[in-house]
Amino acid sequence: MGIYVDKDTKVLVQGITGSTALFHTKQMLEYGTKIVAGVTPGKGGTEVEGVPVFNTVEDAVKETGATVSVIYVPAPFAADAILEAVDAELDLAICITEHIPVLDMVKVVRYMEGKKTRLIGPNCPGVITADECKIGIMPGYIHKKGHVGVVSRSGTLTYEAVHQLTEAGVGQTTAVGIGGDPVNGTNFIDVLKEFNEDPETLAVVMIGEIGGTAEEEAAEWVKANMTKPVTGFIGGQTAPPGKRMGHAGAIISGGKGTAAEKIKAMEAAGIKVAETPSVIGETMISVLKEKGLYEKCKTH
Amino acid sequence: MNIHEYQGKQILRDYGVAVPNGIVAFSPEEAVKAAKELDTNVYVVKAQIHAGGRGKAGGVKIAKTVDEVREYAKELLGKVLVTHQTGPEGKEVKRLYIEEGSDILKEYYISLVVDRATDRVVLMGSEEGGMDIEEVAEETPEKIFKEVIDPVVGLTGFQARRMAFNMNIPSKLVNKAAKLFLGIYEAFIAKDASILEINPLVVTGDDQVVALDAKFNFDSNALYRHADIVELRDFDEEDPKEIEASKYDLSYVSLDGNIGCMVNGAGLAMSTMDTINFYGGKPANFLDVGGGATAEKVTEAFKIILSDENVKGIFVNIFGGIMKCDIIAEGVIQATKQLGLEVPLVVRLEGTNVDAGKKLLNESGLNITAADSMADGAQKIVELVG
Repeated sequence: MGIYVDKDTKVLVQGITGSTALFHTKQMLEYGTKIVAGVTPGKGGTEVEGVPVFNTVEDAVKETGATVSVIYVPAPFAADAILEAVDAELDLAICITEHIPVLDMVKVVRYMEGKKTRLIGPNCPGVITADECKIGIMPGYIHKKGHVGVVSRSGTLTYEAVHQLTEAGVGQTTAVGIGGDPVNGTNFIDVLKEFNEDPETLAVVMIGEIGGTAEEEAAEWVKANMTKPVTGFIGGQTAPPGKRMGHAGAIISGGKGTAAEKIKAMEAAGIKVAETPSVIGETMISVLKEKGLYEKCKTH
Repeated sequence: MNIHEYQGKQILRDYGVAVPNGIVAFSPEEAVKAAKELDTNVYVVKAQIHAGGRGKAGGVKIAKTVDEVREYAKELLGKVLVTHQTGPEGKEVKRLYIEEGSDILKEYYISLVVDRATDRVVLMGSEEGGMDIEEVAEETPEKIFKEVIDPVVGLTGFQARRMAFNMNIPSKLVNKAAKLFLGIYEAFIAKDASILEINPLVVTGDDQVVALDAKFNFDSNALYRHADIVELRDFDEEDPKEIEASKYDLSYVSLDGNIGCMVNGAGLAMSTMDTINFYGGKPANFLDVGGGATAEKVTEAFKIILSDENVKGIFVNIFGGIMKCDIIAEGVIQATKQLGLEVPLVVRLEGTNVDAGKKLLNESGLNITAADSMADGAQKIVELVG
């Protein structure tokens, strides 16, 4: 169980013959992910890591029945790769690529309106349902099957949170990295809705960062709809205003999108926010104990 | 990436947007020469720095004669301007823009931004021009109008006119204003801008609608397809360490503390800074080495940290995903071999290829303090730096 992907999910890799994609295809296969196809235009008919390569996503879907794509295509061509996945009517396209021009993404998001495909990312670590299916670039060994869902704008902070939970004996259902870009496919609320409906997920960790107002909107939604406890963390609490901190999204301007505002909105929605990134796990455990869910979530 | 006002205005001119005539000057002599070439009896001498709020900080002067232009040019060149956007250290003026004065009847505000809430480009306008738009947004939000633009059709004529009417542009000038809005949208899209702000946009005594300022910010991810924009980069406006970092696609921001940080991922990098602060330390920088870094890139990143005289200790915090821990270890070893290591170094490695990375560092003979977690590492480096 978990959300978006499970042990039966058939995955295709766009840009499979690139070095990063090859390395991570191997890692995904080792984790047990069902990778059924790769796509690299011009390399159709070949094979890598025992996976057949096709020229187009359409061909790959027709031949293998893949329903999810993971995209490692370089930034100048990544938007087109997403469009191809949408055109082939996949359920899910997960775009790992960083540095996609934002106006390319504006067009992509417009093209996706009314279409079947959900996009996760870009500039994200991917999606993993523990012990079932790993799609993306996250280190597999830190994950452990359990009952806590994780959703995050930051890749490495997702690992940090998952690692702390696992070390403390609390497993996860699915961890979703939605990516740090200003224009992207899936937001906190989309993922929180899925976790809310997933019977295996009993609580959710939500990790945000400075910039934008996605966390504030998610907090509103949690307050009105969420039936499961949510804990959180906001990165960039001590970042000086006006300085651009890497992610295109992580910019504070004019007092909007500050860590203080986000934390205030989250706490007002009953979301307990970890004071430092090192206690994201502890914070979740204290809430699980409070709600009487700890024994159920402890996975030894 | 930011550019100067005079460069932004040239781009706008290329897209048919009305801007006053003007010439850039790097010395008082050039300023005088520029003034003589302009056909006007009122000159505006404008300091060119990459920050807003120049007018309030005394960076914009009105001159009635060429002699006054010379005096103002002498006064402004070399002066450090402190505005609400420069930080307390301010920015030194090295270029001036000498412009024809405009007969201003009224000032307005117009801008284009990529709006994350709607995933679209948004045209934003107000009749409250010439002042801090953030104040307007706070105090009188009803005076700010927005047009959300569909990328398929672009900014439409009716949207541009509706904006002009909403902004209370005089009826007879609405078409001129709409044409200007369409022009700035075309420039914005063609050049992959992420922000274009014109404050003020003005209506003049001779019935023109003119952009009196132009503040462009370009999407750094799209610069690969805009060689002409890359050429406009002014290295004097940037921190030398940030310039060095940008050569290697590293995301680096100078800060005023003494603990150098090397981290992968923007979120973790910011959180590492938060954690160092929590334990009473002060980070010297934000550095995200990114995902696809090679050992050479990591070496350069580490060298940039080592070259900062303020750095009294270094904390490397890596949670490998797409980044492999052994690549980080190789880079750290290479850099310290080349430059030596005289300050304490705390390393926390976790994630992809963690065992290979730890092995490399253990066998390197470097004096490294290993950390089990981010908190452990932050505490250790704060103690070591003292």
